[in-house]
Amino acid sequence: MQQAAAISDPFGKATTGKLGMWLFILMDGLSFGGLLIGGAALRAGMDSWPEPGQILNISLTAFNTFLLICTSFTMVMALNSIQKGDQKGLVKFLTFTMSGGIFFLGIQIWEYVHFIAGSEELMHNLVLAGLEGSKFLPSTGIYGAVFYAITGFHGLHVLSGVIYIAAMLVPAKQGAFSATNYDRIEILGLFWHFVDLIWILVFTVIYLI
Amino acid sequence: MSTNNESFLTKYIFSTDHKVIGKQFIWLGIFFLFFGGYLSLLMRWQLAYPEQAVPWWLSWGIFFKDAGGIIDPDTYNQLFTMHGTIMIFWAVTPILIGGFGNFVIPLQIGAPDMAFPRLNMISFWTWFLSSVVLLASYLLPQGPAAAGWTSYPPLSSPMGGIPGEGQTLWTLALVLMGTGTIMGAINYIITVVRLRAPGMTYFRMPLTVWGLWLTSIMNAVFVPVIAAGLILLLLDRVLGTEFFVAGGLASGPGGDPLLYQHVFWIFGHPEVYILILPVWGIVSDLLAVFARKPAFGYKVTAICMSTICVLSSIVWGHHMYTTGMSPLLGKAFMFLTLLISIPSSIFFLNWLATLWKGNLHFEPPMIYTMGVVWVFAIGGLTGLYNATVTSDIYLHDTMFVVGHFHFTLAATLVLGLFAAIHYWFPKMFGREINRTMANIHFWVTFVSMNFVFFNMMVLGYAGHHRRLYNPMEFDFLKPLLGLNEWITWFAIINGVIQLLFIFNFVWSMFKGKVAVRNPWGASTLEWTLDAPLPHGNFAQTPTVYSRPHEYSHPSLTDTDWVPQSEPIPGTA
Ligand SMILES: [Cu+2]
Repeated sequence: MQQAAAISDPFGKATTGKLGMWLFILMDGLSFGGLLIGGAALRAGMDSWPEPGQILNISLTAFNTFLLICTSFTMVMALNSIQKGDQKGLVKFLTFTMSGGIFFLGIQIWEYVHFIAGSEELMHNLVLAGLEGSKFLPSTGIYGAVFYAITGFHGLHVLSGVIYIAAMLVPAKQGAFSATNYDRIEILGLFWHFVDLIWILVFTVIYLI
Repeated sequence: MSTNNESFLTKYIFSTDHKVIGKQFIWLGIFFLFFGGYLSLLMRWQLAYPEQAVPWWLSWGIFFKDAGGIIDPDTYNQLFTMHGTIMIFWAVTPILIGGFGNFVIPLQIGAPDMAFPRLNMISFWTWFLSSVVLLASYLLPQGPAAAGWTSYPPLSSPMGGIPGEGQTLWTLALVLMGTGTIMGAINYIITVVRLRAPGMTYFRMPLTVWGLWLTSIMNAVFVPVIAAGLILLLLDRVLGTEFFVAGGLASGPGGDPLLYQHVFWIFGHPEVYILILPVWGIVSDLLAVFARKPAFGYKVTAICMSTICVLSSIVWGHHMYTTGMSPLLGKAFMFLTLLISIPSSIFFLNWLATLWKGNLHFEPPMIYTMGVVWVFAIGGLTGLYNATVTSDIYLHDTMFVVGHFHFTLAATLVLGLFAAIHYWFPKMFGREINRTMANIHFWVTFVSMNFVFFNMMVLGYAGHHRRLYNPMEFDFLKPLLGLNEWITWFAIINGVIQLLFIFNFVWSMFKGKVAVRNPWGASTLEWTLDAPLPHGNFAQTPTVYSRPHEYSHPSLTDTDWVPQSEPIPGTA
């Protein structure tokens, strides 16, 4: 399929598939940018905004952030393995990465469930933050709306990433990749690192500031 | 890549061949073009004969039965909402970008297919799914969306007064459509960057490819932004968030409805260029082909189109002059908007200079192209009144605006896509499209559309507000009833003559004269191939030696053209 290259190509040796993923990441980044800037604009128009940690559990999510960074590391290890021709290592590290992603989603869902179920303590904290109700829902003020929209949109990305890794594990187990053929793993890695990177931004904006 | 044992399913339905996918997009678009056009005729009926029963030949005896054949206000709102939405996103976009983007880009740059053929197929079927979701809203008891194609909150909010879930499906369909657009954009951009044949430098690409490529870049940048905005609107409707709800409608301090308008127009203004860039490109190329001259200022035209893309991303505020924005900001947006007229005028003059002293051949594609030159001039010039704050405050949300954007978006785009269909028809189907029918179709369409859209501007100047259900409820609009009737009848003529087009299209596909390889004497690469084109296109990757339109080159003797894949004699 690869056509003889055109005379000038500013993108060097990057494969066509990789260029496609870079472009997708750029566009996805613009969507996140739109959400984050929109959220900031709404926040700027509010009289009060909860303090960091007043409602959200910073230490739990900090652990989740650490977990996601670790999966970026295992993703690098996966690519490293196959670049050396180690197919078993590839499968091992991809499985680690995928499990890390699932664990991350588990914690995020646990956090959501806890908020949606509500509690005395949560109600107390909500009142202190100037919000109403005993449950923290998407309809709990602009704060709840922004929180669920942005973390939810990111969560969907982690979910897509997990499915994407699972889809690559199938050919990986069948030995489809080798030391000379690992482009699809590199592309997968690009997406996963992007999702991690965005999370650090989301964590900072939603939880810490 | 070409496989010989393709089943019917993989060859015509789930094909990865860019030419088949292009045709699928065109069929989808033509269906919606007729559907959206039909909705506009119903609207026109209400404006000319307010609250009178729709005649049987327009209602087909099946619509509006319970109201005694009368279009009620809610239905009227649905009509203009769905007309706008469908025409922009499901008629013109699929035909120009999905259809011709797919069919033409790989052929004109000498590529075997798109960079990601499977993604291309998924893009079409995502689009198809979005159409199903959109049409499904007609099955809801309270009908489809009715908040206008812009769907401003609070009208589009759940507590905004419009009953039913049509708006929810509308938002969902747009998000899906956006996803399909994004997939297409990735494909077109990377295809142009990566799969150009040897020798096909950026400044040897046909301007059609330039237009489609710039359009895709704009789609890549701005569709994700509107997608984010629509997701928030969807959350407002489904999960009870209050992003765009404020004041008495909100339960607490609430969000900001103006934020939606900003997000919408940050995308919405570039969207008009997204739609029109392919037509600019096609017109620039076709004028050269049928004037038998190189496109005047080829490189300048390409650079002007690129400049407009950049400028178009910072002018969205001109849609919001009446939202109480600071006068200083309004002036800034006005200045930037008016700046766009400079590059636009430059390439428009390039068009005229291409025609100047040309050897004009009035083949069907050329008459449509000349039509575009005329309607785009009117559309562009009347835009200045909307860009200028002082005149826009009077004209805002009147029929003047409707007339203006129908000159640019409806007339220019529709004539442009007719030009494209008539031009590439022989390459698509291996047959010629019938000239007599094409000529009749052009003249009737051209005259009636000019009458309709020009007089809409007259209505607006007289104070007729757009989206009014029954203008006759206002005394000062009563004298305009006669003009409204005239517009409606010309619109009906315009609608009827489109049946001749579809007849010609289908008839010529099967019964048209078998076309020669290069009926127009065009030098771009697609005309070096014989129909039917195989999956994989070029048997041998072509090498490109010249710009796309070196017509009537002085060193040519027997003919006045050579394909781009052959050196011009005496210059190599
Ligand atoms: Cu605009």
